[in-house]
Amino acid sequence: MSMVPTLLSVEGLTKSYGGVHAVRGVSFELRAGEILALIGPNGAGKSTCFDMLNGQNIPDSGRIRVLGAETTGKKPRVIWRMGVGRTFQIAATFPTMTVRENVQVALVSHGAQLFNLWASTARQARDEAGRLLDLVGMGAYAERPCGELAYGDVKRLELAIALANQPKLLLMDEPTAGMAPRERVELMRLTARIAREQSIGVLFTEHDMDVVFEHADRILVLNRGTLIAEGSPEEVRGNTQVRAIYLGEGLLYDARHREGASA
Amino acid sequence: MAFYVVQFLTGLASAASLFLVASGLSIIFGVTRIVNFAHGAFYMLGAYVAFTLTERFSGAFGFWGGIIVAALAVAAIGVLVEMVLLRRIYHSPELFQLLATFGLTLMVEDLVVLIWGPDDLVGRRAPGFKGAIEFFGQNIPSYDLFLIALGPVVLGVLWLLFQRTRWGVLVRAATQDRDMVAALGVNQKWLFTSVFALGVFLAALGGALQIPRDAVNHAMDLRVIVEVFVVVVIGGLGSIIGAFVAAVLVSELNAFGILIFPKISIILVFLVMAVVLIVRPWGLFGKPEAPARRTPGLTVNPWRPLTTNERLAAIAVLVVAAALPFVAGNYVLTVGSEIAIFVIFAVSLHFLMSVGGLASFGHAAYFGLGAYGVALLAKMAGLPMIACLLLGPLLGLLGAAVFGFFAVQLSGVYFAMLTLAFAQIVWSIAFQWVSVTGGDNGILGVWPEKWAASPSHFYWLSLGIAALAVVILRIIVFSPFGFALRATRDSPLRGEAIGINGKRIQWTAFVIAGTVAGLAGALFAYLKGSVFPDNMGISLSVDALVMVLLGGVETVSGAVVGAIVYKALNIWLVSQTDLSKLVLGGFVVLIVVAFPKGIVGTLEAFVHRRRKSSSSASSPLLTSRIESAE
Ligand SMILES: Nc1ncnc2c1ncn2[C@@H]1O[C@H](COP(=O)(O)OP(=O)(O)OP(=O)(O)O)[C@@H](O)[C@H]1O
Ligand SMILES: [Mg+2]
Repeated sequence: MSMVPTLLSVEGLTKSYGGVHAVRGVSFELRAGEILALIGPNGAGKSTCFDMLNGQNIPDSGRIRVLGAETTGKKPRVIWRMGVGRTFQIAATFPTMTVRENVQVALVSHGAQLFNLWASTARQARDEAGRLLDLVGMGAYAERPCGELAYGDVKRLELAIALANQPKLLLMDEPTAGMAPRERVELMRLTARIAREQSIGVLFTEHDMDVVFEHADRILVLNRGTLIAEGSPEEVRGNTQVRAIYLGEGLLYDARHREGASA
Repeated sequence: MAFYVVQFLTGLASAASLFLVASGLSIIFGVTRIVNFAHGAFYMLGAYVAFTLTERFSGAFGFWGGIIVAALAVAAIGVLVEMVLLRRIYHSPELFQLLATFGLTLMVEDLVVLIWGPDDLVGRRAPGFKGAIEFFGQNIPSYDLFLIALGPVVLGVLWLLFQRTRWGVLVRAATQDRDMVAALGVNQKWLFTSVFALGVFLAALGGALQIPRDAVNHAMDLRVIVEVFVVVVIGGLGSIIGAFVAAVLVSELNAFGILIFPKISIILVFLVMAVVLIVRPWGLFGKPEAPARRTPGLTVNPWRPLTTNERLAAIAVLVVAAALPFVAGNYVLTVGSEIAIFVIFAVSLHFLMSVGGLASFGHAAYFGLGAYGVALLAKMAGLPMIACLLLGPLLGLLGAAVFGFFAVQLSGVYFAMLTLAFAQIVWSIAFQWVSVTGGDNGILGVWPEKWAASPSHFYWLSLGIAALAVVILRIIVFSPFGFALRATRDSPLRGEAIGINGKRIQWTAFVIAGTVAGLAGALFAYLKGSVFPDNMGISLSVDALVMVLLGGVETVSGAVVGAIVYKALNIWLVSQTDLSKLVLGGFVVLIVVAFPKGIVGTLEAFVHRRRKSSSSASSPLLTSRIESAE
């Protein structure tokens, strides 16, 4: 594993809102093809981490590098062009367009065609969009209005959009929230397969521990903004501190998950 | 030195009324999230009612009592408006709320003329504050000193009201989180109504207190609302202290701006506003708003290019329209040209509003700039007509490039207020810069050359350009740029996360829309043979909004239909009644409340529903499969 290049390196990432330390001195690395889970209770600072990684949010201090290049404080669109795709905790897509068009926009953007006023978008990257939709199992829905999709399908569409620029790093904030248990497993299997095939590094958060332990190569545990444990699923499972503050409440996972999904 | 002090005090005195109106607007916005465009109308009503009462009842008691009673009476009208109209549109998109309250403004303008007549009314001076106080050889009206003291007093009273009373606590809670207040079991309806009443009371009081300083007239509503928008943009919507500070700032800038740029004093205010917007887009004391509600309702019918049949139908309609000169007389052709020009204007706004999600309340600025561009080129440079038509709209482009850059930094109601303020600035430049624009007298004698002079030729020219504009804008809608623009409208967050520079895209759209509007204005100058400041006036901006709305905001080019219907109706209406604003305003309110999808939108929904029901009838298997897939 150590021969694989470091894809993402994070050093001392910190962010606070007024008196709330949302994220405190978080450091970790992620290698190409690796699937890394970032877990922690509600309000632990996971989304805040994601927002800083893709440029949505500017850290108070700390450094972020993607393949050695500094991305700290850069705009999301710039970071996206460096090969970082992301999905949101509350899925963000374009509801007034068809499913295919949603992916086409991302492809057009990847092809630097955004200021083309003349061509017809319908013909641009049509097949490529179809291929991506097939990949996430949404091919049959290509011509459907995105606004009519079930939430689980919106999440899959979001994944297709995030894959449009052939990312090297995929950031997925609760990719399976709001899905039925069977769908969850399917989506994560799919993500894992794509990641291995294309050697994409994946950082994801998840409240469903089954999903986490099944798919993550490594797990980071965040609590009140601080990393309290890091290691393989077995190590994390065995960590007493994690058990105390996190797994000890294991019975609550499902209830909490439902909360997160409806929020 | 004394002169400057006096100038400063005059500015402070003007700030009092402005603060009253702006704080009322802010309070209403804070709780109901409605930007009450009719606030200027309530201000004006306050002044008129107070005029009548203070004339009717003599003495100090009559005067001060009249002012208070006037404000209370107008507040009562406000309560009525809130209960009858606003309660129906609290959940509508912002654009509709702005338009409905604007429709009210139009109605009030005509009603005021109907009741009090068109002439300026000069009220009496305030008992006890009739004289002036001498200050190093300069005179300061003592009434000004009264107003200067009044501002901070009202600020203090409002502060006490919000900090020390149960009602105030509720209002503050509602400003933070409306649903929470509802959950607490507070009667939300009456909370909203009382807040609206207070806001209107403040506006009316502001108007009533102007009587001793200024003549009362039926244009004072728009003047004040533009200034108030500038104030809340600078101070931050929803902040009372922001309204106070910004009212003082704007009034002082006006007072001293006159000394620096006597002709175009408003420039100074504009510069300050621009700086504030760059440094603090949500105003000095404002808080960043949650992402604005999407302007059009959520369309689930994705837009599609026309099918071959629809295309043929459109061409057939165009051919029929082109045959008009063979059957119609000159008057009809002139009307036809005007309608064609307004189709261009309406589709340009439609592009910005429906495709870009940016509802401009000052789109006439670019129409007018195009018209003035042509007039200046034709009269001063003596260029041929073709050159003027091509170059004139560039003035619209230039204006849109400058103002659009600032406007797209904001969204939703801030965008609307800012575009309105910009348009008003352009208007006052045209009005005040007499040496270049001819001021109120406009520029006359801009006639088309021989080849385009006959009504039929000019009609064909207008029709051809209109068709071209519609086609080009449609092509852009379905181009990658159009997709990027719609993507930014749908979800700026997702757009940015897939590499779209939303602001740059919106700015480009603004410039495109401004240029096309400029083209419409250029043709309009030739149609009328003259240009006037009113070619960039607020009512023209609103005409365009209504055309788009009437056609259907959620359609690809419903504005074409909206423009034709509205313009034809409008021309007919003006020939039928003197109260066109009253009818028009009522019409706007009616569309918003009863008919928000517009003509084309309603038709589309109808067709869609029929298609859906017939397809589900023919293949029940398919629908059931889709349902189970979900
Ligand atoms: N914009 C903000 N302003 C103030 N506080 C914030 C803001 N965003 C996040 N926080 C706070 O920062 C902390 C971390 O929030 P974050 O959303 O990152 O948690 P999370 O781990 O993603 O939680 P969840 O599992 O609920 O998604 C929370 O206490 C939250 O209240
Ligand atoms: Mg989160």
